[in-house]
Amino acid sequence: MDILNAIVVLLNFVIIPATAYGAQLALGALGVTLIYGILRFSNFAHGDTMAFGTASTILVTWGLTGIGISIAPLPTALLALPFGILITMVLVLGVDRVVYRFYRRVKAKPIIFVMVSIGVMFVMNALTRFLPGIGVDDIRFADGERFLISVRTFRDLTGLEEGLAIRTTQAITVVVAAICVAALFWFLNRTRTGKSMRAFADNEDLALLSGINPDRVVMVTWLIVAALATTAGTLYGLDKAFKAFTYFQLLLPIFAAAIVGGLGNPIGAIMGGFLIAFSEVSVTYAFRKVVSYLGPEGWQPEGMIQLLSTDYKFAVSFSILLIVLLFRPTGIMKGKSI
Amino acid sequence: MIAAMDKRALLLFALVGLLFLGTGFLESWNTTLGIFNMALVSAIMALGVNMQWGYAGLFNVGVMGFVALGGLAAVLIGMPPVTAAWAAGGVQVLLALVLGAATIVAAILAYMKLPTGRLRAVVMIAILVLGFIVYRMVFDSGVALVEAVNPAAEGYLGGLGLPVLLAWPVGGVLAAGAAWVIGKTALGLRSDYLAIATLGVSEIIIAVLKNEDWLTRGVKNVTGIPRPVPYEVELQATAWFTDLAARLGADPVAMSSITVKLCYAALFIVVLLALIWFSEKAWNSPWGRMMRAIRDNEISAAAMGKDVKARHLQVFVLGSAVVGMAGAMMATLDSQLVPSSYQPLRFTFLVWVMVIVGGSGNNWGAVLGGFLIWWLWVMVEPLGSDALMMLTAGMAEGSWLREHLLASAAHMRLLTMGLVLLLVLRFSPRGLIPER
Repeated sequence: MDILNAIVVLLNFVIIPATAYGAQLALGALGVTLIYGILRFSNFAHGDTMAFGTASTILVTWGLTGIGISIAPLPTALLALPFGILITMVLVLGVDRVVYRFYRRVKAKPIIFVMVSIGVMFVMNALTRFLPGIGVDDIRFADGERFLISVRTFRDLTGLEEGLAIRTTQAITVVVAAICVAALFWFLNRTRTGKSMRAFADNEDLALLSGINPDRVVMVTWLIVAALATTAGTLYGLDKAFKAFTYFQLLLPIFAAAIVGGLGNPIGAIMGGFLIAFSEVSVTYAFRKVVSYLGPEGWQPEGMIQLLSTDYKFAVSFSILLIVLLFRPTGIMKGKSI
Repeated sequence: MIAAMDKRALLLFALVGLLFLGTGFLESWNTTLGIFNMALVSAIMALGVNMQWGYAGLFNVGVMGFVALGGLAAVLIGMPPVTAAWAAGGVQVLLALVLGAATIVAAILAYMKLPTGRLRAVVMIAILVLGFIVYRMVFDSGVALVEAVNPAAEGYLGGLGLPVLLAWPVGGVLAAGAAWVIGKTALGLRSDYLAIATLGVSEIIIAVLKNEDWLTRGVKNVTGIPRPVPYEVELQATAWFTDLAARLGADPVAMSSITVKLCYAALFIVVLLALIWFSEKAWNSPWGRMMRAIRDNEISAAAMGKDVKARHLQVFVLGSAVVGMAGAMMATLDSQLVPSSYQPLRFTFLVWVMVIVGGSGNNWGAVLGGFLIWWLWVMVEPLGSDALMMLTAGMAEGSWLREHLLASAAHMRLLTMGLVLLLVLRFSPRGLIPER
């Protein structure tokens, strides 16, 4: 029986990675849920918006390190992030002007928007791959200090058998995500534009009657979504690696998070992100070590005590999605359903 | 059937026919027939998706999963059984699956029979947890036994060793089963939930095919699925065939390959024509009119006493079955199941582009889209790199921009497909052959 070591193992392999992943998913799901609330469709191009934003951030990062600018011990990508966001903002505004605006004018059905967003997804995916030096391979662009606390420092510090590592990227993810969420909620609840956005999401007709300019609301939404998507994508890429196809696959856990939380509900999106991340990591983690510390001295369980192999992590987010759809179709926090 | 097509449709089909003939004259007939066979399969997939979208307005983003289930059927029916693996742990794996299913049924029964409250939740969770532990204990050891049998060549249970043509309807049934489960859950909710649910299920089906080695050999792939048509080497060894080739003055090797492709084409054309006939009959029947009424206005159709959810489920299952059948046909054509080759862009979104471009709500349109878009999909890459070659011909040899543009030619497909989809949705949303 060795509770301390068991807790350290659990922290190291489940809680810390899941928190970082959850923060990334939450930022992604916030983007999806905002589009859903205000533009009223499920944006399938969101994963590729994230990919494009991350790719442009990577390009700026390379440019910065090329001329010798870095902000060590922090990764240079953080400095490049605002530029990446700007580039992505230009892109999504351009896409909205060229593609989506027409369908808003003709008041197309939501499902048509979804199909259009799939077309946009293709184009953005290709654009991302066309960017110089991006292509289809794994790109690691995290520089600076690798660990906030490394396994060895932790062991020396505490004298425990098990080590605990906190990567810089994990800490940055959580801090940046917290700042983003705080800024977003301040904006939505305190500023005039934010309030008009909420009014527009609640009741479009009444909002229009009270003189809210719909074009402005839509534009601000896209700007925020571009910022959220680029940040989420860059954080994910820093934490793991960048690959265009992985970002398309992230669409499923992100949608799951947004729906579980209730589409159109920002707080729900954050909760959904963490719920999905924690379930994904804990269901696919082999608990053998944790259990052997909790059991009697010198005893080890026979199996790996892993519920599902890591290849099925999509199945986890999906099963949660199904359960929520079956028993509570509007999500944990009440979302919209049209 | 032909009379039902108007002049415009005939003209378009003739143009697409010219594309294929042109490829035949300029490149080779063998390549063209290869493209043509896949185009036939694609047309069937497009027909299935058109049933869901064109007839009922259901948005299925999981076409890939149903195609892959069809491929699985080809393995399960066509491949010979691996008796050693069955003897080692086959029965145990089956028993585990039965136990797993029994657990779920028991949990559902408990949910339905017991009164709402804490007791029900506790009983349900207890059943699920206990069932899962028992299932995993039986299953894991069984799988280990099966996968240990000659892992380099087998290591899986194999199939039933039946004629592979049987796999086509079976692929349809497998896909229909999956569609029924998804439809039961996601239909009747908001329209984009079905899209997301199908997207999820298709990813999971692919994950299962990639990882359950006892079933599909996973990433080791199943190759050599028996063919419904003769093999090239058999033909080359047949006296009348070599004689015929000599009389025609053709190379027997090239001619055998073309003959095999023609046999496949004949089989596929029979299936395609049967499906078009069935779809057209259904479209023009009272059932078809009811489906359109539901699609165009669910509320008024429901007011007329139509069971909207049941009809949606019905057409969703039917369409998925057609897609599954096409998947089995594709695996038969390739003679292999390569789980890692199932990519959503290729199998889900490409089929969608076919339906939208061809004309949603028109069976002939979907078929036309299947042929045209498949031809484009194959040809865009060489054409794209040719175009880029010409564009960059003026640039200095080895200049950075030139190299980059040439390397990007590989991604031309994505861009083209996206642009085609966006342009058609914007400027010609009814497609090349619009709904009548």
